[in-house]
Amino acid sequence: MEAGAARLGSTDRPSFEGRSAAARRADPLFRWALTVLAGLVLVLLVFFFVFLIKKAQPALAHQGVFSFVFSNDWNPSKEIFGAWPMLAGTLITSAIAIVIGVPVAVATALFITELAPARLRSPLTILVELLAAVPSVVYGLWGVFVLIPKLLGPEKSVADAVDFLPFVGGSAVSGRNYFIAGLLLAIMILPIVSAISREVISTVPPEHKEAALALGATRWEMIRIAILPYSRVGITGAALLGLGRAVGETIAVVLVIGSASVVGDQVFSQGNTLAAVIANEFGEAANDKLHSGALIAAGLVLFILTLAINGVARFLVVRAERKQTRVPAPKITAEDVATEVTGS
Amino acid sequence: MSTPASAAQLLAPLPGRRRRTDQVMRGLLALGTIIALVPLVLVIYYLFSRGLKGMSWDFFTTDPTGNFLGDPGGVKSAILGTLEIVAVASLIAIPIGIGVALYLVEFGRGSSFAQVVRYLIDVMTGVPSIVFGLFIYIVLVTSKIGGTFAGWKGSVALALLMLPVVTRSGEVVLNLVPTQLRESALALGVPRWKVTMKIVLPTALPGLVTGSLLAVARGMGETAPLLYTSAAVMGTSANLGERMNSLPVQIFGDISTPNDAIVDRAWASALTLVLIILIITLIARLAARRSRVA
Repeated sequence: MEAGAARLGSTDRPSFEGRSAAARRADPLFRWALTVLAGLVLVLLVFFFVFLIKKAQPALAHQGVFSFVFSNDWNPSKEIFGAWPMLAGTLITSAIAIVIGVPVAVATALFITELAPARLRSPLTILVELLAAVPSVVYGLWGVFVLIPKLLGPEKSVADAVDFLPFVGGSAVSGRNYFIAGLLLAIMILPIVSAISREVISTVPPEHKEAALALGATRWEMIRIAILPYSRVGITGAALLGLGRAVGETIAVVLVIGSASVVGDQVFSQGNTLAAVIANEFGEAANDKLHSGALIAAGLVLFILTLAINGVARFLVVRAERKQTRVPAPKITAEDVATEVTGS
Repeated sequence: MSTPASAAQLLAPLPGRRRRTDQVMRGLLALGTIIALVPLVLVIYYLFSRGLKGMSWDFFTTDPTGNFLGDPGGVKSAILGTLEIVAVASLIAIPIGIGVALYLVEFGRGSSFAQVVRYLIDVMTGVPSIVFGLFIYIVLVTSKIGGTFAGWKGSVALALLMLPVVTRSGEVVLNLVPTQLRESALALGVPRWKVTMKIVLPTALPGLVTGSLLAVARGMGETAPLLYTSAAVMGTSANLGERMNSLPVQIFGDISTPNDAIVDRAWASALTLVLIILIITLIARLAARRSRVA
């Protein structure tokens, strides 16, 4: 097309010749400038990765990569850097966040989209999203001065009552612990998990829902047989995106988790996470190549962990949102509802 | 009843077990929603009940003194620091972010380079903020470019965090600009760059403003990227070339200080920060309402 325009310009269209050379060059220049800007992102991330690896190198060489990730002892003053306590802490707190946060978030999404009266929907949505507007340091502040003192008693009773349960019961209940951190994380991931679940649920074709209702399903039965199977993959993706957030959250966690150098005995004992140890120790470690290298290596492990989680999550969410056009036939059949009715 | 029977009346009444299950599950979903709102109510309640008493004229107009005993001072430098650092971060992140979004939408359709960039933007969204802080520490602080810690280095770290938010929301909004609009302008002989700058951008403007403001609100509350780039709790400088205080870092420092007056200051600072963020979010929502596309 461009070639055609140029040919026309050179023969019988004086208006094209009228354009100055500068004006004709403006377009490629504009395109080029925007491409460079986009290329900047690529360069930046390559740079980012290379620098992190380079600076983590001394510590990884000193400790060994496997031992860095899996040995349960972190003692910077003796130059022992086993980051397992932090990796385990990251996994424990994130798991607590998912177990508490995801069911609540999905319930909220289902309630807002399917059950709430129409005029309550948008206020409820805004309220849930307000949770995301609170900065993490404010959650930390609230955790330290409200959650920790108020929950210490109940935590002790629970730990005593289920003494027989490994990792939950026990007597080493401390104010700052995995559970408080997980609880704060659950609150912090709630808005994003709920928002994405709502999006995914809204892609369920209305025909599926109407078919279920027309066959005599109750609201809950409609949710169970029409909505949940259809949006299961997308909701899993939403939960994983929440997990990605929980894994990388720093400031709220560092304030409420303590700073243990080994894995805690129970969910109510002090721990540490990858992000928290960086925030806690980097100030004192900055001039020590080995210690700061170990913390940067912790950052690298954290980065790789979030990269993997987010990659899987995006894949699931995108697949779920595209599914709308791909799945032709409604899955609900009269038999499904009949089974419900007869209760078999 | 004389009116025609409704569908519900025509059908046989639900067996008790199914009706009970339905009621229980509906109740559980409603309960879940209430549980989700409990922390919001509690956080707001504590912010106001503990934060208001620390607010006074002095709170806003004096700098932190750094005294452990006696008058801890206010948070003037922290508020100024936050505003300055976030303003510079926005000046970096918003133009680049929108530029990248423009590339992706206007020139990048179907190109594999655009696919890669889009993927990398996704990757950036997931990078924990403390890791961005570490990166800027390595690149800008240890290299001693313009001194060690400086306000503008914190801005760069925040910009890295805000950039993907701006680009992702920008891409969504730009995609909503009708293709016919571009085609009609191009058909009239308007060069591509002019179509983009004079037609696509103005059409998408309210949406771009919303996305950018949400990114600003996000950046404003971040502590981790500032800790090892610009942070100086108790700092009083308003010069971006020096160590600077900021509200999140001030709160973070104050929490760890076992002194009632300083903890009160943390609550009052937290309330201030949340109110600033809420105002920005509100403006963003209003801009979204004015949007011509979307």
